[in-house]
This record gives sequence, structure tokens and C-alpha cells, in this order.
Amino acid sequence: MSNELSIALAGNPNAGKTTLFNALTGSRQHVGNYPGVTVDTKEGHYSKNGLSCRLVDLPGIYSLSPYSEEEVVARDYLVNQRPGVIINIVDAANLERNLYLSCQFMEMGVPMVIALNMIDVAKKRGIEIDPDRLSELIGLPVCPIVARSGQGITELMVTAIAHAREHSKWQPAKISYGEDLDAAMIDLTEIIASHHFLTSDYPARWTALKYLEKDDRHLSIGDSVDVELSSQLVAKVEQVSRHLEQTVGSEPDAMIADHRYGFIKSILKQNVVHRTMDHDRLYASDRIDQVLTNRFAGPLIMLLVLLGLYNFTFTYSALPVAWCGAFFSWLAGLADIFVPDGYFKSMLIAGVIDGIGGVLGFVPLIMFMFFGIALLEDTGYLARVAFMMDRVFRVFGLHGSSVMAYIISGGIAGGCAVPGVMATRTLRSPKERMATLLTVPFMNCGAKLPVIALLVGAFFSENQAQYMFLFTLLAWVMALLAAKLLRVTVLRGASTPFVLELPPYRFPTFQGLLIHTWEKTWQYIKKAGTVILGISIVLWAMMTFPGLPDSDRQVFEDERQEISAQVSPALLAELEGPDEPSPEALAVMGDLLAVGGAEAEAALRYSVAGKIGTAMEKVSWLPGFDWRTNIALVGGFAAKEVIISTLGTSYSLGEVDPEASDSLGATLANDPSWDVVKALAVIIFVMFYAPCFVTVACIIKEAGSWKWGVFSITFNTLFAFLLSSLVYQVGSRLF
Amino acid sequence: MAKIFLRQMAKNQSGVITAVKVGGELGQRIRDMGLVPGTEISIQGRAPLYDPVALRVMGGTLSLRNNEADFVEVEVEDE
Repeated sequence: MSNELSIALAGNPNAGKTTLFNALTGSRQHVGNYPGVTVDTKEGHYSKNGLSCRLVDLPGIYSLSPYSEEEVVARDYLVNQRPGVIINIVDAANLERNLYLSCQFMEMGVPMVIALNMIDVAKKRGIEIDPDRLSELIGLPVCPIVARSGQGITELMVTAIAHAREHSKWQPAKISYGEDLDAAMIDLTEIIASHHFLTSDYPARWTALKYLEKDDRHLSIGDSVDVELSSQLVAKVEQVSRHLEQTVGSEPDAMIADHRYGFIKSILKQNVVHRTMDHDRLYASDRIDQVLTNRFAGPLIMLLVLLGLYNFTFTYSALPVAWCGAFFSWLAGLADIFVPDGYFKSMLIAGVIDGIGGVLGFVPLIMFMFFGIALLEDTGYLARVAFMMDRVFRVFGLHGSSVMAYIISGGIAGGCAVPGVMATRTLRSPKERMATLLTVPFMNCGAKLPVIALLVGAFFSENQAQYMFLFTLLAWVMALLAAKLLRVTVLRGASTPFVLELPPYRFPTFQGLLIHTWEKTWQYIKKAGTVILGISIVLWAMMTFPGLPDSDRQVFEDERQEISAQVSPALLAELEGPDEPSPEALAVMGDLLAVGGAEAEAALRYSVAGKIGTAMEKVSWLPGFDWRTNIALVGGFAAKEVIISTLGTSYSLGEVDPEASDSLGATLANDPSWDVVKALAVIIFVMFYAPCFVTVACIIKEAGSWKWGVFSITFNTLFAFLLSSLVYQVGSRLF
Repeated sequence: MAKIFLRQMAKNQSGVITAVKVGGELGQRIRDMGLVPGTEISIQGRAPLYDPVALRVMGGTLSLRNNEADFVEVEVEDE
């Protein structure tokens, strides 16, 4: 169906674009993939009354400038994909500003229909709009609709499809930008048209306009086609610019924007809008804001809301997460019974099942978290959070919206960096967003907590609660400082303009929330799942191969034989039997297990991971880590709680359950190589080193390049290494 | 009538924009949101730390950081 009509939905954020898209396509939609772009473009299908078409939901934008990824994606889509018509959805209660984007589509010349949304809300605010009059004045069909209830959307589609059939050619609207610029436009358009410069993709008038606006992106497209002509145009624009600077003290792009608004104002003045109420009165939304962004109540309420979100996410997801865990343990149990012993079985359980379990175990958590965020976003509260927190976060080169991602990642100890990284999507400023998503893994997530708790319990048992709180605080301080460090180095550059809309509070639609939640969850499963299975198997192999040589294994086997030979066969039979074994038999079992533990320790040390761990001692003496700690930290890359089980194996304790690690704690506390300073150095390293690979997979996905994944691993590990070395070296001299 | 910058405006004070004295991305963003000469605005409030500032424009609410508001010149009634 490649020649099926395609319709693009475009409009301002908060104009109800997604609601309209959901109403038109229902569940028949999917997220489009554009390589190297982190902006989603959703596609869906519409069919009703014998009319059918493909619908594309473009990102919400305010303008067609080249400054944000959203705007560039929308522009490129229109030019490269050539949709039959765009439905430009505008908020009737906010018509003047919304028409600014419409105006730019008209300048581009794409066939377009205006969907005048939320006429019900506008009416309540005393704003009545005459759609026919508006249509007559701008020369485009205008359809009044209420996307939320579906009112008028069938008529909208009939109009749009008919309009697409009648208008296949792009016809740029001629808007006046003042005498000087109009003359320049004619001049430039003529040159462009006579040279057929870019005219196969763009109307000549549009190219002229973009050159006048000094639109970097369009200029570089022009340069790549014909440098000579392009620089000739740039020279002409410079001439006009200088003239304007001298006569009116303004730049062409500013003048163009002013005239666009002038054009809109002149239209709206011609009996399009009728106001029946004073337009300065306070609406319900403003009254809510007087409380929610109040100087004193505002921050307090925000704290409660964020705590609520956090509790909602982590409390209610605990049960389904446990179900997932139980399911995978059950699966591992099945494999244990039915698959013959050997490397395949070990890989199946430790590599495949644990790996997939690690990914799917997060699914309920992610669903709850995205439901919570969608709720805050769709009601309009998230924008208020950004508004209130911005002053604080700006100091560190971040954005007010960054706070959400930090909290979810473990800003309140026990979060998870995976949904945290994904939550940075709500940030529209690219540099601030990158700095946020690279530093959220510094927070104390739920998997680091048992490791920290183990060491705190073993070495700082007197003030456990205070120490845990201290480490949460430390995570915040370090994450924010690291963000600042990134913003003055690899991500340096002026902050992205804040200019943020505070949309009126609205009740979100339940359908919208569910679609949003499912979409994000599915993306996570798809992207993370493939990477993680591979890495999980690699890590398993590293900790398994090469196996102990036969001669070494024989030594352990001999030891076991020796123990067995010394006791009576009756006692051994007792161990195999169904009854509770006697204390003597238990003692024998303990001896046998000790040998098994020693063998596992020897095997781990002999494996690739063990060799790496031993080799790392060359540098790891700085923070005071021996090979045992090193292997555990390597294992922690799979998931931080693996640090405990690996540490257990390397101390010959066999597998240690992270939830019940008392024996390990006692072993460490009594081990002469461990002391308070080393424990502190390890805790700090665990807090800040490479994120687990599920998080890394998400970082790669969200940042749009695997290079950021590599950067994250390297930067964090280096950061942690320096910090823990400092603590250890200074600490061991002081104590 | 006096010309002041948006940052200096008090809560609930209103005025008409006379100039936006910045170009580039910031200038573009400010204009995109409807802050162009001739537009009427009023200050709705400020964030708890007095920055950013929230203002009403064309029936919607916008917020700007103070250092961004410094570029917007407004004509207000004399006190």
C-alpha cells in the first residue's frame, strides 16, 4: 500500500496532537524508527466510511527553526516523505500563538488543513472563533474539533482527504515582511528559481526565506549542492542585513518573526475571534497554580508528589517484580533438574535465564514508572516541577526537569537507573539531557543498596541509618558535581534557552496514559533485551572459562575422598537420606562444602575474570582492592547485586544470597585485609563505577550512539577509581 | 509610560513588549512563543527562588529565566 495517502499531524506541544492521533488510530500505531534520532515519530492507520490513510504523528514543535531535533525531524519528514496533506492542530484557546507555526507551514506551501481543537475549552473561557471566517482569510480549510471526545474528527478526516486530492502541488503563501525584506525575497526567489537551486525538494520562495533567516541547516544543504550560488545568496543576505541594521536596528530573522505575528494579528482582528468575557480574568488553572507554585506551599507539595510517585512506582511494582523473579527462579530450577550437568547447563542458567530475567525483571517497574510520569506530564504538573527546580539545577548546568530522572534513579535510595535514564526523555534541552542521563547512574539504586548495606553492617554497624543517609547525600553531591564537570568539558556550551510553556492543568485521558506506558515498556524490552542476552553470556563465559586443569581438580576430589573415607558409610548414607541428618553427619557435610567452596574459589581465580581481577591488582592497590574484590566488581557490571554473590564465591562461601549476606559480612569483618577505610573505598567505588549493562544499553539507546555507552563506562569507572583511591590513600594514612 | 526590562517587572504588573534585544537561538525561541514587539504581557508570578518568572501572554502561560528576561524590553504604565 505504498501509494496510500499519508497525512502528517503537526502542531504545538500541548495542543492535543497526541490525543487526536490516539482518537484517530486507536491501537493501530507504532513508533517509527529514524536512525540516529532520539525523537519519536509515531505512525498509525486510519480507516472509516471507506476512507483510509496512513497517519504520522510528528513531534510537537513551536516553530520550524533549525535549533532542536524535534523541529529538524518535522522539517525533514515533510520534505523527504512528502505527505499528501498536513493536519495542523491548533489550540483554540491559544490561537494566536498556535497560528505562528501554521504560518510557517503556509510559507513552506505544504497542503494543509487546520484542526481547531478544544473549542469547548475556549468557549468556557469566553472565546468564540468563527471557523468559516478564519478559513476564508487564510485560504485553508478549518475544522472545529474536540479531540478528547472525538467531536468533529470524522468531518476533519473527510476534509483533509478531499483537500489532499485537490491540492498536490506545494504553494507557498506570500506573507509580507516589510518593504526591504519583500524586495529581497523577490530578488532571491528569482535567482533561486532561475538556477533551479534546490527546487526539486523546496519551493524557491521557502529557500529564499530560509537564507534570509540565516537558517544554518538549510544553508548547509545549499552549500552541499552548489557552494558558489549559495555563497552568492549569503552575500546578498548580508547586504540586506547591514541595511536593516543601519535603518531599523534589527535582524532579518527578528523582522520576519514580527511580521508573521503581525499577519496573524491582522487576520484575527477581522471578526474571527469574539470574546464574551474579560480576557485577563483568572482561570481555574491559574488558581491551582497560585497554590501549587506558591513560594512556600509549592516546594512542599512538590516533595510530596515526587515522594508519592516514587512510592507508587517502587511499592506497587514490588509484587509483580517478585513474580517475575519467582518465575525465572522456577525456570532455572526446571533447567537444573532436566538439563544434564555441564557447561551448557551452567550457561543456560547463569547466562541465558539470569540474563533475560535481569531484563524482564525490570518490566513491571518501568510500566509503573512511566504510568506515573505520563500522569504528571499529561496533567501539566511536570512543567511546574521544572519551573520550580530550575534555579537549583541550573547551577550545575542542568534543567529543572532533571530532578525527576535523579529521583527515579535512586535520589531517594532504592530507585533504578534504567527507568531514570529513560525518564530523561521529558527533557527537551539536548546538552542538559545528556548531562542528566550520564550522571543519574551515580544514584544509589536498589541493586547497590544491599552491597552498601552489607559493608555498612560489617564495618559501621553502630550508626547504620546515619551512614546510609550520608551515602544518599553523597550520591546527590557527586552526581551534580559530575554533571557540572561534564557541562564544562565534553558537554560544554551555553545552556539551552529555558522558555517553557506552562500548559493549563488538564485531566489526562486514560487511553493516552495506557498507550504511552505500553509504548515505552515495549521499547525497553526490544532494545535492552537483545544487547543484554549477549553480554550476559559473555560475562558468564568469562567467569567460567578456562576451567580448572584436571590435576588441580583431582586435588579437590582427593580431599573429598579423604573426608568420606574417614567416616562410616552409614553417616554418608544419612546425608543422602530423607531424614534430618545428625550433628555428626552435618559436620561432615560442612567439611565437604568447604572443599567445594575452595574449589569454586580456585576455579574463579583461574577463569578469565579471575585473571583479569589478578592482573588489575597492578592498579587496584591504589584504592586497596585485592583480586577477590576486583572479580566481584567485574561481576557487578552484570548487575550490582552480583557483587555480593561473586564476593561470596571468591571467599569460598559458595553462592551468597544478597538478601541474607550475614555470613559474608562476618567473614569480611574478620578478614585482616579489610578495615573501615577499605570498606569505605569499596562502597564509594561501587556507588560511582560503570553502570550495570542494562543501564548502559539504555544510555546507548537514549543518547543515540554507542559511543556514549563506552564513555559512560569509562568516565564513571575512572571517576570512581580516583575518588576511592583518594579515600583509601588518605584514609589509611590517617587511621 | 516607561521602558523597563521584563526582569524588573513586579508581580501582576502588565505592559507591552517594545523590543527583544537578542538574536540566535534564544531570540528565536523567545519570538516563537509570541514575545514580539506589540504583544501585551503580564507577570503571573515567580518560582520559589525568584527565578524563573512566569508570565501570561496571548492567553497562555510561559516561563523565562531572569537572564533571558533581561533581553525583553517592555513599556509599562508609570507607577
